[in-house]
Amino acid sequence: MVDLSSQLLQLLFSGLTLGSIYALIALALVTTFNITGVLNLAQGEFVALGALLAASLFAAGLPLPLVFILTVAGVAILGGLVERSAIYPARGASSMTLIIITIGLSISLRGLALLVWGTDPLLLPAFSSGGPILIGGAAINPQSLWIFGLTAVTLAMLFAFFELTYLGKAVRACEINRTAARLVGINPGAMSLLAFAGSGAIGAAAGIFIAPLTLATYDMGFMLGVKGFVAAVIGGMNNVGGAVLGGFILGVLEIYSAGLVSSGLKDAVALLVLLAVLLIRPEGLVGVIAGRKV
Amino acid sequence: MRKRIKLLAGLAVLIITAGLLLSGCGGKDTGAKAGGDKEPYKIGAVIDISGPSSSLGIPERNTLQMLTEKINAAGGINGHPLELTILDNKSDETEAVLAVKKLIDQQKVLAVIGCSSSGPSMAMIDTVQKEKVPMISLAAASKIVEPVQERQWVFKTAQSDIVVVNRLAGYLKEKGLNKIAFLYMNNAYGDGGRIAFTAAAEPAGLQIVTEEKFEATDVDMTPQLTRVKASGAQAVVIWAIPPSASIVTKNFKDLGLSIPLLHSHGVGNQNFIDLAQGAADGVILPIGKLTVTGQIPDSDPQKEVLATYIDEYSKKYNSSPNSFGGYAWDAFYLLINAIEKAGPDRAAIRDQLEKTENYIGVSGVFNMSATDHNGLKEDSMVNVKIEGGQWKLLE
Repeated sequence: MVDLSSQLLQLLFSGLTLGSIYALIALALVTTFNITGVLNLAQGEFVALGALLAASLFAAGLPLPLVFILTVAGVAILGGLVERSAIYPARGASSMTLIIITIGLSISLRGLALLVWGTDPLLLPAFSSGGPILIGGAAINPQSLWIFGLTAVTLAMLFAFFELTYLGKAVRACEINRTAARLVGINPGAMSLLAFAGSGAIGAAAGIFIAPLTLATYDMGFMLGVKGFVAAVIGGMNNVGGAVLGGFILGVLEIYSAGLVSSGLKDAVALLVLLAVLLIRPEGLVGVIAGRKV
Repeated sequence: MRKRIKLLAGLAVLIITAGLLLSGCGGKDTGAKAGGDKEPYKIGAVIDISGPSSSLGIPERNTLQMLTEKINAAGGINGHPLELTILDNKSDETEAVLAVKKLIDQQKVLAVIGCSSSGPSMAMIDTVQKEKVPMISLAAASKIVEPVQERQWVFKTAQSDIVVVNRLAGYLKEKGLNKIAFLYMNNAYGDGGRIAFTAAAEPAGLQIVTEEKFEATDVDMTPQLTRVKASGAQAVVIWAIPPSASIVTKNFKDLGLSIPLLHSHGVGNQNFIDLAQGAADGVILPIGKLTVTGQIPDSDPQKEVLATYIDEYSKKYNSSPNSFGGYAWDAFYLLINAIEKAGPDRAAIRDQLEKTENYIGVSGVFNMSATDHNGLKEDSMVNVKIEGGQWKLLE
C-alpha cells in the first residue's frame, strides 16, 4: 500500500516525463509553423527516424556521443531534403495543400522506415547506468532527467537563436511579413529550408533521448506527432514557451487521468482538452498573454 | 510462321498434360496403382510470411519446407510424393481468404495448414467449412476451434488461452497468492486473455483487485502500475506481447515493486528479454517445452521429438527453432499421419485428424476428440522463470 501523496508524486514524475517528450515535438512543430506557415504533420516521423537511426548506429558499435551527432546531422539533412523535394516546389500552394503534402510525407517516411528497419523494436541503452532515483516515496528514472534537460536546452537554444542572432532575426522577419522580409534582402526559401532542417534535428534529438524508455519502432512517430500537435494547440501555435507549457499540461493530465480515474481515459482526456481549448481559447493558453512581439 | 505453329503445338501438349494431371489428382486414387511413379498428394499452407506477423511465419515456413523435403526423401506418403504449396497472406485477412480459395480451386489441395496468427486464421474458416477442406491453424485464440459444431473442419496446434490461464491460476493458488492485479494490452490478444483469466479466477479462489489496460503503442505504464501498487495486490499478471510487455516490465522494476510478476506465453521469445534490458529477471510464465528442452527430464515423452526438431532445424537454417515453428511441425505431422491412414479423401482425413490420439509433438501430446480440436492440456506447457536473461525451468 502506498499513501496518496507519494502516489500523486509518482504520477507527476511520469506526467512530466511524458510532457517533456510532447513539448519537444511541439517545439519543433511551432518553430516550423511560424517560419514557413506549414504545419508539418511528419514531425513525429523525424522522431522515429532519429530513434531508429541512433539504435542502429549504436548497435554497430559507435560511442553514444558520436551516435548523437551523426543521427542529428543525418535527420537534419533529411529534413532539408524533404523540404527541397516536397515543400519548396509547392511553396505557392495554399496552406491546406501543404499540410496534405506533409501527411503524404509522413506516410512515405514511415514506409521507408518499415522497409529499412522492419517491424522489430530496436534498443538503445539508457544514458546513465543505475536504477531509478527515489524522491519522497516515488521513483524517477534517470533517463527522465536527461529528457527534462534536453527540453530545457532546446528551449534555451531556440530562444537565444531567435533573440540574439542575426539569422534568428531574419527568420522572425519572415514570420512577421514575408514580402517585407524579401524586400530587405532576406530569402524566405532559405529560411524554410533552415526551419525543416532544424525541426529534423530537434525531432532526431528527441527520438534519441526517448528511445531508452520507449524503444525504437518504425510506427512510433505517428502518435507522438499527434500528441505534439495537441500540445502546440493547447499552448498556442505562435509561441515556443507555450508549446512547452502545452506539452507539460497534456502529459500531466494524461497520466493523472490514467492513474487516478481509469487507464482507458488517457487519450480521451487529450482530445477533450484539445476541444475545450479550441472552443474557449482558440489562440492557445499563452497566445494572448505573450502577444506577438515585433 | 512455323515457329508459331510449333509454339501452339507445344502449348496444346502442355495444356492436355496439365488437364490429365489435374483430373488424376481430383480422383480418389488410394495409391493402388501398380508400380512406377504414383501421383503426388497436394497440400497447401497459408502463412504470415511478410507483414507484422512475419516473425511467426518465417520459422513456420522454414519448418514446413524442411519437413516436406524430409518426407519426400524418405519415399513420400505410402509411396506418393508430397507436394506442398506455401502462399504468403502478408499478415492480412483478405489475402488469407484469397490464398486459401486459390489453393482449393486451382491446386485442389487435400488440406490446408495456416495461418500463423488468429485474425487471418479466423478469416479462412468460412471458406474451408463451405468447401469441406480440413484446415489446421497455427494460432492461439480458442475461438478458432470453438464452438466445434461450427468448426467441423478446423483444427489447431497452438495452445489455447485457457491452457495458459489454468497454469497461471494453478501457480498463484499453490503459492497462496490470492489478490491479483491483472494488466492487459488493449487488443484482441489482451482481451482474449482478460476474458479467460476473469473466468478462471473465481473457481480458483483468486480475487482480481484491480484490472488495468494499456495501448500497444503506450510508452509509459507507470500510472497503471501506480494503481497496482495502491491496490494491495499480492501478484501481478500481465497479458501482452513485446514491445509493450517489455516496457511495462521495465516500469515495474523502476517503481521498485517486489511482488511476483507473471506474464502470458506472449512474451515467450528472446526479444522480450532483450528489450526489457535486464528487467525481465524474476518474471514467471508458462511456455512450451521447446524453450527449455535441455532442462526437462529425460523421462518426458516429448524430449526426443524436441531434440530432433532442434537438431534438424539448426543444421538446416543455422538458427534455433522456436515454438511457432513447433506449431508448424505438429500441424504437418498430424496431417501426414491422417493422410497416411485416410488416403487422398478430404472427409476421411478430417475424421482421422479428429481421432488423433497420443500424438507426441513439439507443442505437447495431442489428444483430439469430437469436442476438442486442439487436443492439448496443461501438461503441454511448463512454468519457467527468467534468471540472468535465461529461461529456467521451475518445477
